[in-house]
Amino acid sequence: MRQRTKEWYKSGAPWIWLNAGAVSISVLMVIGLIGLISARGLVYFWPSDVLEGHYRESNGQEIPVLGEIDTVEIIPASRARDSGYTIEGDSEVTRYLIKVGNRDIYGADFKLVMEPFLTEVTYPEDVLVVERREWGNFYGHLKSITENGNVIAEGAEAKKLLPARLARSVDLFHQVRSIQKHEIGAINFQLEKLRLKKRGLELKGVKDPSAYAALEEEAKSLEQKYKQLREKMTELIVQSRRDSIIVTTITGQEITLPLAKVVRVHYPNAMGLWQKIGFYFEKLWEFVSDEPREANTEGGIFPAIFGTVMMVLLMSVIVTPFGVVAAVYLREYAKQGLLIRLIRIAVNNLAGVPSIVYGVFGLGFFVYFLGGNIDTLFFPEAQPAPTFGTPGLLWASLTLAILTLPVVIVATEEGLARIPSSIREGSMALGATRAETLWRIVIPMASPAMMTGLILAVARAAGEVAPLMLVGVVKLAPSLPLDGNFPYLHMDRKFMHLGFHIYDVGFQSPNVEAARPLVYATSLLLIIVIVLLNLAAIYVRNHLREKYRALEN
Amino acid sequence: MTNPASSELMLRWRMLKDRLAQHMVAVGGIGVIVAIVLIAVYLVYVVLPMFEPATINKVASYALPASDTEPVYFSIEEQAEIGMLLDRNGKLVFFNTVDGTPVKEVRLAVPEGRTVTSLGRSDPTTGVLALGLSDGSALVFRHAYRISYPDDKRLITPVVEYPLGEKPIVVDPDGLPLLKLAIQLDEEQATLAAVTEAETLPIVHLAKEESLLEETVTWQSLYTHIPRPRDEVAFLLVGKLQRDLFVATDAGELSFYNISDWEEAPELLQKVSLVSQPATLTSLTFLAGDISLLAGASDGDIVQWFPVRDENGKRVLTRIRDFDDFKTPVNTIVQEQERKGFLATDRTGKVGLFHTTAHRTLLVESVSDKPILQAALAPRSNAMLLRDRDQIHFYKIHNEYPEVSWSSLWGKVWYESYPEPEYVWQSSSASNDFEPKLSLIPISFGTLKAAFYAMLIAMPLAIMGAIFTAHFMSPRLRQVVKPTIEIMEALPTVILGFLAGLWLAPFVENNLPGIFTLLIVMPFGLLFAAWSWHFLPAAVRHRIPDGWEAALLVPVIILLAYVSIEASPWLETSLFGGDIRVWLKQELGINYDQRNSIVVGLAMGFAVIPTIFSITEDAIFAVPSHLVRGSLALGATPWQTMMRVVLLTASPGIFSAVMIGLGRAVGETMIVLMATGNTPVMDFNIFEGMRTLSANIAVEMPESEVGSTHYRVLFLAALVLFAFTFMVNTLAEIVRQRLRKRYSNL
Repeated sequence: MRQRTKEWYKSGAPWIWLNAGAVSISVLMVIGLIGLISARGLVYFWPSDVLEGHYRESNGQEIPVLGEIDTVEIIPASRARDSGYTIEGDSEVTRYLIKVGNRDIYGADFKLVMEPFLTEVTYPEDVLVVERREWGNFYGHLKSITENGNVIAEGAEAKKLLPARLARSVDLFHQVRSIQKHEIGAINFQLEKLRLKKRGLELKGVKDPSAYAALEEEAKSLEQKYKQLREKMTELIVQSRRDSIIVTTITGQEITLPLAKVVRVHYPNAMGLWQKIGFYFEKLWEFVSDEPREANTEGGIFPAIFGTVMMVLLMSVIVTPFGVVAAVYLREYAKQGLLIRLIRIAVNNLAGVPSIVYGVFGLGFFVYFLGGNIDTLFFPEAQPAPTFGTPGLLWASLTLAILTLPVVIVATEEGLARIPSSIREGSMALGATRAETLWRIVIPMASPAMMTGLILAVARAAGEVAPLMLVGVVKLAPSLPLDGNFPYLHMDRKFMHLGFHIYDVGFQSPNVEAARPLVYATSLLLIIVIVLLNLAAIYVRNHLREKYRALEN
Repeated sequence: MTNPASSELMLRWRMLKDRLAQHMVAVGGIGVIVAIVLIAVYLVYVVLPMFEPATINKVASYALPASDTEPVYFSIEEQAEIGMLLDRNGKLVFFNTVDGTPVKEVRLAVPEGRTVTSLGRSDPTTGVLALGLSDGSALVFRHAYRISYPDDKRLITPVVEYPLGEKPIVVDPDGLPLLKLAIQLDEEQATLAAVTEAETLPIVHLAKEESLLEETVTWQSLYTHIPRPRDEVAFLLVGKLQRDLFVATDAGELSFYNISDWEEAPELLQKVSLVSQPATLTSLTFLAGDISLLAGASDGDIVQWFPVRDENGKRVLTRIRDFDDFKTPVNTIVQEQERKGFLATDRTGKVGLFHTTAHRTLLVESVSDKPILQAALAPRSNAMLLRDRDQIHFYKIHNEYPEVSWSSLWGKVWYESYPEPEYVWQSSSASNDFEPKLSLIPISFGTLKAAFYAMLIAMPLAIMGAIFTAHFMSPRLRQVVKPTIEIMEALPTVILGFLAGLWLAPFVENNLPGIFTLLIVMPFGLLFAAWSWHFLPAAVRHRIPDGWEAALLVPVIILLAYVSIEASPWLETSLFGGDIRVWLKQELGINYDQRNSIVVGLAMGFAVIPTIFSITEDAIFAVPSHLVRGSLALGATPWQTMMRVVLLTASPGIFSAVMIGLGRAVGETMIVLMATGNTPVMDFNIFEGMRTLSANIAVEMPESEVGSTHYRVLFLAALVLFAFTFMVNTLAEIVRQRLRKRYSNL
């Protein structure tokens, strides 16, 4: 045996196995990471069961507990003893983090619970979870429904009435929001435009009062419209305040929740599997299509998805022509000498320059230098408020376009280099000019490579956050960069971004613990988008290789 | 048949298009390349002004506005439009700085029959001055400027007030003339000190007493004194906190008194010689903040001194730095009001602008052939008045970034109130008395520290993994493994940072013993598994073909990780008394931050692995196969072939992979931003965090004022990052190109 071990050692096999271990660790890390994010992100929408139990605090006080188990940990018993619990013998204790909700009553959403002191655990079917527009979830039991303060139904009766009443209030809420966002938003936008027009006239030194009068007239009619909308909205709001529910917490406290402040209710313990699945997809849809609530910690991430897509689209429009032209110049037109080799190295290396450096450049050059000059030249009436002299969508797209330029150039050049010169020569021999060869033969053949470059650029841009923090991303944008007001695409607006959303909610929000699942879900979405883009790039590249292999033979 | 004329036309048109296309592509291509170069150029363009010297332009020279007497003091107001001179008889003349025409004259309330014998100056931002009189009293007054906008035009009106009343304050109860006077006055209290003919120097403290009923203010005096030095006193200064008193003689002998305790007699803290013999002391003043003293000597030296606490906590005046740009005696030194800079003049009519912390001489210029007798700096340090024997010169100063120099950015700097020179990054400060500290060393150090730990994790895993994948792995497995690891590269770092900060950091904190066990146990565990595999019956072994070792090890690794983490609480209880953080602190004196270098190393290592892996794998895979076959045919084992042939050939490629990985680790922003505490400490402790250049930019850039020194220093940080990564990448690229050439030769 010793002999065999010695031989085994001498053959170098242990080293090979160690190297194999390194690969396995790397792969496991990737899979583990994606698995972790998927598990945590996907669970977010699942209506988990709510437990009810009795808990003895470290000071001996007995309290009832109602909530969802968020995380389970095993900690050394000594740590539990440090926080005042008397634990005999055991060296380890299980600790639950329970989401008890009711932040407005308890002060915090979560409660740490030591497993040995939690007794009489049950999962009663009538536990009600209320998702609210403020203060997070409510966990408790439904007592009654009131209309204008008068109780109209109690107990089971109330439970039956609740869905219809809630649907009505949610509908009213959507109406109010639509008026506020679209109609009143449009009026405010036009009023601001009128103000700027007036200021512009003043700056030009126009003295003619009729010019001002026309503007006044228009403003007045807008104000009139605004008043009407305002009235309509107030009426809707009054209507939506009609119904409330009275609920009791586990400690017996009675709370009145106006239905206007409720998003949805469910009884998780009473739900069957299919119901849960339905609920799951409802939440998932809300997540991708709705606006954020509660300082981004709840609700959806639609504006962030939209902002990311807009920014990436604008960036692609800018980066593709420039990247392709530069690559064509480097490969097809420039004389291949030392200078071009140096330029190629430089372009290659720019891909390795930290993204924050591009952010600094974008802030200094685009925002303050270009933007500041554009403002003084074209938007004097808005001064001193900046129009383009402040971070915004246009500058963010431009900055990322420069950042991803090397990616596109390198990929396109690679594609151009792969095209056998015999094809070019053939085309020229048939009498085509160089431009025609380029346009009709070379570029079409290299287009998959360009696509690869563009896809990689988009994947990189979608995940990049550091430079965007300097040149245009905000945690909460009041309006989307694309809307129904002329000129529809507002390049000067700030926007929201998935990556920044992760950073902001995960690190800047006041209630990180409660927001964490949402961050996981956002991360998962971003990862899926980026992995898909990369897989697309890999597919296109492989496809391309196949194509030329056929061509060369 | 085509018409020959039209085909001729067609051909021309095609040729034209061809040429047009060529030019357009050339213009576009060169344009793009220029735009890329612009990045570096723009960064340099923003950074460069910081290192330019100061400049001054003369605006006007004119005769003294009031020719009848001798001025003793000048000042300028905030907008640098109005200057003020005080003459020997107690007359104030406010004049237009551009042409010298008097705006207003004020005769101060010097009582009948007294003469002015000396002048005391309070902190220049307060505008308080005091005239020492021949009867031992002092007249305290303040000059200020009211700004109003009649007809939308700025109008500055000078005013003179008497904060302690128009009646002079008795400084010397014996009534001897005050030959030198020092004063400090704030809202609540005042201190005056004077030199007379007597053997002691009188000091008076005044405390404000407000009577609520009568709404009157009275000042209560409290007298004390200190002995007079043997030599004649040349300078007498009270610090603005009314805590320190400095008495200096012509020879430069300085006595440093603590006068903070009004009940006790002043305490002599130290006697020290300010200038090197045989030079004499020709000028002495405070630097802004009244912590440092600036002493001008007759040999042209200007020395900065400030109190430093010694090991007993006693404050000891210490010589900090010298400026020896003048060769003739220093005539006047005037402090800047908002920065730690100063202006000085010498006896030959030269004027100099200096900054203490940056240890920088910004300008030395000869402005007159006569000595400059008095000088005044505008509060914003953008203008100065210089007076020689018969003229006043008014200058504009362009000196926006004095606080930056090579030594203040990259060297140890001795800041005021620090016990020794240090590297400090502290860009924002609460008041003008504390200057921003802009050493790039702590954040550069943090950058390298983060990169070091990241490389420590990434290099072995990535290179070893690449060796196996390229050389030993079965092709089918490789087709899956390589893209999987390469997908990692595309993972947004914000996600890695978020996981590192919110999941990994608490995980590591709770399972620290487990993490370390894992690091130690993993290689041995793997070897043990391999060894056991070797002793399995051949029938079992042969079922799995060669090149699938990595897949076999997956369950082993999962098991090892699981066991280590599960054992963590047990280990913590049995070895470290239940809490390893407390144990580290008590037994080893090591601080534990939750977001520390291990977390950054793991997360950033994860980000760097694919970069290194991918390039290394390519380099190894591209090693010509005849080399490998030759080596094997000569009887070398696969591992020997690997080490002696393949790795050697591919080593430049591996080197460049490591370089590119390093470049990525150095520039990474989001991971360090989220996974560290972002404190700029200089400590190699693996359990503490750091602040890196990139995170620093991300944190501070949005708040910095455009065009300010801070803004430009952040640009410099970006330039440093740019230069570093660009150099590292270029090196890698050159090595890689060489390698490619070598392969094509083989």
